[in-house]
Amino acid sequence: MTTFIVRRVLWMIPSLLVVFTLTFVVVHATPGSPWDESEKPLPEAVKQNLAKQYHLDDPLPKQYADYLINALHGDLGPSYRSVERSVSEIIAATLPVSAQLGLASMLFALLVGIPLGTLAAVKHNSWIDYVASLITVSGLATPPFVRVSLLVVALSLGVAWLPTGGWNGIWDVRAIIPTLAIGLGPAAILARYTRSSLLEVLGQDFIRTARAKGLQEVMIVIRHAMKNALIPVLTVAGVTLSNVITGAFFVERIYGVPGIGRQFVDSVTGRDYPLLLGIVLIFAILISVVNLLTDISYGYADPRIRYR
Amino acid sequence: MPLARRPTGLWRDAWHRLTRNRAAVVSLVFVILLVFVALFANLVAPYAFERQDLESTDLGPSAGHLFGTDLLGRDELSRMVYGSRISLAVALVDVLIVVLIGVPLGLAAGFFGKWLDTLVMRTVDVLLAFPSLLLVIVVITYLRAVLDQPTGPVLAVIGGLDNLTGGLLGVFIALGLVSWLTVARLVRGQVLSLKEKEFVEAARMVGASNLRIMARHLLPNTLAPVIVAATFGIPGAIATEAGLSFLGLGVRPPLPSWGILIAEGVRNMRAFPHELLFPAVVLAVTLICFNFLGDGLRDALDPKLKVD
Repeated sequence: MTTFIVRRVLWMIPSLLVVFTLTFVVVHATPGSPWDESEKPLPEAVKQNLAKQYHLDDPLPKQYADYLINALHGDLGPSYRSVERSVSEIIAATLPVSAQLGLASMLFALLVGIPLGTLAAVKHNSWIDYVASLITVSGLATPPFVRVSLLVVALSLGVAWLPTGGWNGIWDVRAIIPTLAIGLGPAAILARYTRSSLLEVLGQDFIRTARAKGLQEVMIVIRHAMKNALIPVLTVAGVTLSNVITGAFFVERIYGVPGIGRQFVDSVTGRDYPLLLGIVLIFAILISVVNLLTDISYGYADPRIRYR
Repeated sequence: MPLARRPTGLWRDAWHRLTRNRAAVVSLVFVILLVFVALFANLVAPYAFERQDLESTDLGPSAGHLFGTDLLGRDELSRMVYGSRISLAVALVDVLIVVLIGVPLGLAAGFFGKWLDTLVMRTVDVLLAFPSLLLVIVVITYLRAVLDQPTGPVLAVIGGLDNLTGGLLGVFIALGLVSWLTVARLVRGQVLSLKEKEFVEAARMVGASNLRIMARHLLPNTLAPVIVAATFGIPGAIATEAGLSFLGLGVRPPLPSWGILIAEGVRNMRAFPHELLFPAVVLAVTLICFNFLGDGLRDALDPKLKVD
């Protein structure tokens, strides 16, 4: 196991490097900068000064090495758009907001998705199963920007229970719509996996034995079946995280949440390449770490799995 | 001994099972309807999609404008009818990418193994590990900037094509990067087990070439899962295009992508929620139908895969 973890951690470094290098090359090959778009074209001398200030006139390999070394020290360089804040500062200010929102969405997904999938499997082929599968497919099929739009139309404009946008911390009512809109995607994924995994386990011999010795159905599902059924569900942790991140791009922008997802979209439309690069790097690290934790916990949760 | 029933072919059986699935049939009818609407948009749409009528802006639904009008007085229904062309074009290209890139790469990787397999599967792993929308946005940003100031004849041609398709080419290229991944992995897995089977050995004995074995013996056996995976890929592709257009990275206005209609609806939602509601619901229903169709096809084509 230890060897596996060490090897898996070491594997993370090259795959992160590949993603980072590709993004760096693509971003640097992208022509244009925010000051190209201004109404009055800047004089050539000013452009050269700007290029010098941002070290854009250095050879690419040097820029790459400098960026990597600085990034390891927590400095992701200056932002093209924001004068007063560097990329690291922007990320430090917006990541906590998105982390709160993301964690709340994940929690929602767990609390809704797993019971929903369990109910659907236990009441297999009944109306409960069909209602659950309709909810699941709706969550899987609708992209987050449609979900958040429909939620705003229904809950803010229709019955006027909730505000139409804004952010005031995770404990404010304003957090409800974005949490629902982001969380419904992963909830649907979890429900679908839980259902099919539990259906498979419920068909096995040891469940029949448990029934034969007269255990209550609730005990069978909770004590015997769930324990085994939830292990495969662990594998979708990475997918759900991807889902939350992509959901945040749209939901934060539409609902006006000052998070990192909105910064990412703004960095794309505003051609703020250093910010774009920094955020991609943060997401890549986050996803790699979660994938790593998934693999490791999988080994602990299921003793039948032997890593070499 | 008399047969219990007349022998039927695989496809006939599958069709029979598909038509017994109510959700799949309803979805199939909807999809066929959508295809007709897209093909005959000029006959179906009551107005031209770009026709402005500044005397009747932001109208609610009425007999003259079933879905109302937008802030420039354009008929919402007509814009959505023409928008279906964009969504279905994206669906078509997505399927083409799956068939022309995903299937051959997976087939070759599984069949030849060795370094080719390692290369293809490592690429798939790295690209699949990150949210596809993240990659797509980075690539589109690059394409956009490069095509804005094309240098050299190749880029000029690509830029011309991009303008001709109203900005869709960038979406297609981005889809080309990500939409073949799962199918390549799927086909490779199938081929790995199929190529050890006796019928492949028999084909080799009678002197069939590698190409012939792949095309005539392996490919048909992977067809069912490929059809299912391609169907499940379509809603993802349509949602990606709508999402990119929503962010202003896809189709250029005045072309009416559903994503653009939703973006305009969001801007106007406080005063005129119907401008958001109609396109969001139509997009959601379309995506849900493709999902139900995929479910139905999976159950129909591959009864073994069915959990229940």
